[in-house]
Formats: sequence, structure tokens, C-alpha cells
Amino acid sequence: MKENISSRIWQEFAEADDPFSAARCYCCGYDVFGELIKKIDWLDYLYLLIAGGRATDEQRGILKVLTVALANPGPRDHSVQAAMSAGAGGSGSAACLMAALAAGAGNFGGAREVYQTMQVWQRCGRDIQQWQLDLASQLQAITTNRPCTSEETTAINEPCSPSSVSADLANADVWLQMEHPAGFSPYAKNCPTPVKQTLLHLVSVSSGSHLCWLSQHRKILEETAMMPLAMSGVAATAFMDLNVDPEQGEMLYLLLRLPGAAAHALEQRENGWQDFPFFADGLSLRNDPLETEMGKNPAARHGELS
Amino acid sequence: MNSRLTQADLSAWEDNWTTEMGAWFPGERVVFRGQDLFADLLIEPGQLSWMGLMLYGICGRKFDEQQLKLFEGIWSISTSFPDPRLWNNRIAALAVSARSTSNLGLSAGLAASEAIIYGHRPLVASMHFLCDTRQRLIKDESLEQVLEQRLTRSVPGKPGAGKNRQVAKIPGFGRPITAQDERIQPLLALAEHLGFDKGGHVVLAREIELALQCLGHNLRMNIATLMGALCADQGLNVRQYYHYITLCFSAGIMCCAYDAEQKPQGTFFPLPCERIDYSGPAQRQWE
Repeated sequence: MKENISSRIWQEFAEADDPFSAARCYCCGYDVFGELIKKIDWLDYLYLLIAGGRATDEQRGILKVLTVALANPGPRDHSVQAAMSAGAGGSGSAACLMAALAAGAGNFGGAREVYQTMQVWQRCGRDIQQWQLDLASQLQAITTNRPCTSEETTAINEPCSPSSVSADLANADVWLQMEHPAGFSPYAKNCPTPVKQTLLHLVSVSSGSHLCWLSQHRKILEETAMMPLAMSGVAATAFMDLNVDPEQGEMLYLLLRLPGAAAHALEQRENGWQDFPFFADGLSLRNDPLETEMGKNPAARHGELS
Repeated sequence: MNSRLTQADLSAWEDNWTTEMGAWFPGERVVFRGQDLFADLLIEPGQLSWMGLMLYGICGRKFDEQQLKLFEGIWSISTSFPDPRLWNNRIAALAVSARSTSNLGLSAGLAASEAIIYGHRPLVASMHFLCDTRQRLIKDESLEQVLEQRLTRSVPGKPGAGKNRQVAKIPGFGRPITAQDERIQPLLALAEHLGFDKGGHVVLAREIELALQCLGHNLRMNIATLMGALCADQGLNVRQYYHYITLCFSAGIMCCAYDAEQKPQGTFFPLPCERIDYSGPAQRQWE
């Protein structure tokens, strides 16, 4: 028996003379090439594909803001910098975007943080007391499983003795434990202006309950989390108003942040490796057998590297 | 403890990555975990194999020849199947069939190996389960108690399908496609040959299997448990084990990519249009 692909999204009808070429393609029941390409834009189609239905005007408004706000986190961001690092070395375009996805997938400002934050929303809803309890619980877990200092790392790298096992048992998954409350920014002193501007504008286009609630309760949440709101927290909240689930939100966040990575990777590929920071003086080696001072060698900046 | 790092903390890291892992001195030498790569690690008599070097990088200690045979044997026996139907292998076969590069296919295949029904997530969860159980037994909990607690806990998703998929409640026991894990016997034989088949975690794995049978669960140890047990017995902790397994599927994936390169473009399991079973909304108009 032939095994088929099951899909609630896509249907095809073949050309009469070629079973491997589609004559008509339907996305969630809509004729893509016969109708949709004349009537809808990228935002409508993106929402249709991910959420399986038509976005309301309000949801289109939210998506429109997000596509701009998230498109380019800027060249200092880990994901964009990863793409640039690929570009600077002359790597191919797919490698640049794969680099951006890898570095932008994580718990610190990445898509996993959006996923985690949306799960907090699912746990707490719009109940400030629940949020406060949840944030306190997250902080407690972070305290228990906090990242190791270099001295403690040495202990964990020891063989699998019962004591080193207990220090390591928090990591039961490929993902590391959160090191800050999801959706908040552990290094910022105050909520960054672009985060506030994005939230403000999203609230102006959405009557959805999550964004408004976040805007009203931002300060008390920040006090509880002991750090300011992050862009990942705003994005996660906007996804709640888009009525998508955490897995869909995680995927959208990865997608929407790729344009900037692509642009900066292209720029660095053209600029070349000599114009891209190597941090020649930035590495401090604590256990150099020759105790040679690192990073002073001018060869790192000149000549071709193989 | 307030875990928050202040702005000053981040500034302290600017142009300052302090490490004991190593560095490249252009045109001169490479330091690898405090040793000269060329003078100390790769030159006889202290020569390290590639596996030895990788594990030295991860764990900061050198394993002996017998141990390295075990670590390499675990990869060869357990995770190097050149079958392009397997999910991670298939990605490389598809990539190269579509005339992308093997490296891109391999990289994506390795990334996909962090899966739930196979690969890194059950592997990590299995070793974690073994180490956690051992800890709890040391604290005088009974094995039955530990297993009952595991089996009755509520989880948000199932391994095989649905939203929020999670690894099995008892990771490393049972197998989705076939109950028999053909890799157990060869890996046990290797472990026995090398003298590693009676370590504490391997013994515990057998005890868990037996206890599960007694509790009425026909869940046999699968390769994830044996891999984790053997590595824990060599002193790897869970994070070290995670890094050790990161590349473990590479031989199988690469073979599938190479195989696809030998075939005409686009010929890897082509699907005619009719082989999409559509179950979504009926045809409609965008009004």
C-alpha cells in the first residue's frame, strides 16, 4: 500500500499529462494561483498558512507591526551576528540563514524564549497574582539551577560522582534551563525604548486583551521579575492576540527575524573578513602552556586564512 | 539570590572572553585545553584519536584506549544506520537529491537529530533518568516507588504526535516501531569484550527493566538506556554526554547524502500530486 502525506493545509490536482506537476494548488481550501495571488498579500498568506484561517483586520495590523519590529534585531544581536559571521567567511546563503536560526532559537532573546513566555501566558492568563506567583517560581528555579561560575564548572566537569550528578540533573533536555524569567531582559537597566515603542504601537492597532493587559501591568511585572520587559516578551504577547499557540509563535518568531540576518550576511560577505570584528585582543587564555599573551599577533589581521 | 546580572556585568565581558578551552596562535601553534595540540596531544607517544580529542575537549580529561573503543563503538553500533528513510538521514538525502550541498544536508540532519521519538532528546532524558534514579536509590527510595512516580506523573504531551510532544515517561525503555532493539546485543557484546558491561549504571538499567516487567509494563531497555548507562559508568555527566552524542548520527547521514549524489537530481522518493491526502476545509472563495 502506498503511503501518503496527510495535510489539512495543502491540496493539489495534477496536470492531465503529468502526475508530478500540479495544475491547481489549494491552501486551506483557497485556490492559490487562480485566486489568492490576485487578492491577498504576504501577511494574509502567512497567517493562513500558520494559523489555518483568515486574519481579521486587527490581526493583520498586529502582524504588520511585528514584521517590521522583528525583521532586523540589528548586527549586534546573536542571530544576526551569526549570519554575518557566516557571510564574512564567505559561506553560502543557506548557511547564513541556518546560522541565524541556530543562534536565534534559544532561551535568551530567541524563539525558545517566546515559546516559554507564551506558556506562561497559558498558565497565568490575565491574572496579575498568577503572574507574580509564576515569576517568583521562575526566579526560584533560576536560583536553584543557576549557571555555574568557572569554579563550579570545574566541579561539574569531574567524573559522574553523586555530587556532580546532582549539580547536573537539572538538565534533562537538550535545551538549557532558563537563566532569567521568560520574556524579560536580564541585562537591560530599563525597558529599552524600541520595546516600549513596539508595545505602544501594537496596543494602538489591537483591541486584543493580552497586549493591553501587558501594557497596563508592565511595571509591576518588571518589578516582580526584577528586570525589564524584553522584545521577546512583547512578541509572545502579540502572538497570543494573534490567537496562535506557543509552537506556532516560536515558528513565526524564527521566520520574522530572518530578513535582517539575510541583509547583514550579504553585506558582510561583500565587505569581507578583514572588515569584520575578529576580537583579536579579546581572548584571554588562562592556561596557556607557554603563558604567551594572546591576541597580539598581527598575523590574525593580515593575509589569507586557510 | 538575585540572579540578575547588572549592566556593569555585561560591560565587563566586552572584548573579554576568558577561557581554558583553547586558542589559535596564527602561524605558530594551537592550545587545546591547556596543551599544545601539535606538540602534546597529536604527536607520539601521547597521540589522541579524533574521538579522544573531542572527548578531551568536552570532559577535560583523557580517556584510555579501551574507553575510546567503547565511545567510538557506541556511535558505530547505535547511531550509524545509512538508511535514507530515517528522518534525520532523509533530510540529507532530500537536500542532495535537490542538489543542495552534502554539508548543508548533514548540518540540517544533525540539527533534526534533536528529535523526540529518537535522537538527542530521548538520549539525554534516558541518561538523566538513570542518574536521577541512582541518586534517589542512594537516598533510600525504592525502585518501584521511583518508577510508579514516573509512570503516573502528568505530562502535557505524548512522544508520537500532537501538540507539546514530550519524550516517554520512562525514557529509554520501549521502542515505537519494533519492540526488539537489534543494537542492544552487539553493544553489550562490545562492552563485555572491553570489560564495561558490569558498571553500576548498566546494572541499574537491567534492574529497571526487570522492575518494569514486575509492574506489568512490557517495556524493554532500548539502545538509549544502554548508551547512557555505559557513558555514565565512564564518568560522563548529562551535559558532557549531550555534547558527546551531538555528532553521533553523522556517519549514517553523510552516507545517505553521498548516495543521493550518485543518483539523478530530484529522484529521491518523488511523490505524485495525488499522494497528498487533504483533509482541510472544502474549496472556497476568498471574499
